[in-house]
Amino acid sequence: MEYIIIIISAVFVNNIVLMQYLGICPFIGVSGKVDTAIGMTGAVTFVMVIATIVTYLLQQYILEPLDIGFMQTVSFILVIASLVQLVEIILKKVSPALYQALGIFLPLITTNCAILGVAILAFQKDFNLAESVVYAFANAVGFGVALITFSGIREQIELSSIPEGMKGVPIAFIIAGILAMAFMGFANIV
Amino acid sequence: MKNFTKGFIKENPVFVLFLGLCPTLGTTGSALDGLAMGLATTFVLVMSNLFISLFGKLIPDKVRIPSYIVIIASFVTMVDLLMSAYTNTPGPNGEPSLYDNLGIFIPLIVVNCIVLGRAEAFASKNTVISSLIDGFGIGLGFAFALVILGSVRELLGNGSLFGLKFIEGDGILIFVMAPGAFLALGYLIMIMNKFRDKTA
Repeated sequence: MEYIIIIISAVFVNNIVLMQYLGICPFIGVSGKVDTAIGMTGAVTFVMVIATIVTYLLQQYILEPLDIGFMQTVSFILVIASLVQLVEIILKKVSPALYQALGIFLPLITTNCAILGVAILAFQKDFNLAESVVYAFANAVGFGVALITFSGIREQIELSSIPEGMKGVPIAFIIAGILAMAFMGFANIV
Repeated sequence: MKNFTKGFIKENPVFVLFLGLCPTLGTTGSALDGLAMGLATTFVLVMSNLFISLFGKLIPDKVRIPSYIVIIASFVTMVDLLMSAYTNTPGPNGEPSLYDNLGIFIPLIVVNCIVLGRAEAFASKNTVISSLIDGFGIGLGFAFALVILGSVRELLGNGSLFGLKFIEGDGILIFVMAPGAFLALGYLIMIMNKFRDKTA
């Protein structure tokens, strides 16, 4: 039951992109086409879950016993940066097909604040390992829901006539605002 | 001088380059929060630019990005500790403190693309003095953008500016919530585009 609440809360109520403003750069940057949005979601899900597990273990078994919690930011970002590299190398060997599909998105993920944000949030919410994993996965799904919906709308917008000054990024933000308003309808359901 | 002023209009990181959008949207519920976030980022930007331009030549090319990240993360940790020490007192009516308002976005300065972007594109190639000026210019340009967005949102959403109430009543509450952030930034970018087209 707790897990279901975590999932619904992360996907809809506190959607990571539209309500918590994390991961806006890829949200605006790679949401031009539905295909790329799906690829990006796959890569984010993969890295987010692994990064949350690794940072959780790092926090529990290294930072806390040594009482160096203030090193959190430095160690987390290093772990995530090297993890992305590692995932890239392993994927290339183990599953070239998946690597081909995710390829270009993987390096972009290091600077995706959603990954570090979720790792820190999972720690701040005092989740245990299982809850952290569920939380990370649910947030990745939430990211995907927002990103794929948004890219679908943007594909349609390409075909309609927009005022000159609104073309490109401004209209994207207006759409995101209206989408966020729609997501506000989920408030207070858990 | 050109290195200093370019951050405000011509190469404004938020309105023109669309970098650092997460803190831009997340910390501009009020003008004061935006200003604090802008200044915190400026500090990190100036210090990391300084150190990277000093030691840039010593860092082997292959490990430069991780090294930059460690340098930036150290200064972010400093800002985080300083702000939790000095800006963590709740308001008189139990309002959340500045530190709580900025919350997760303080450690997230480390993944702000502006900071790493300037390190890689400017500080690693230029002299110490011009890197310092560049850090100040871009940082204050970022702060400038955050204060504008924060003021617009606070004025429309709450009828106040830097906490001073101008308009009685509640205002358009949506502007201090998530959708308003997107809408306000979208319109501001549109206005900036118009403005730049005219001057260009």
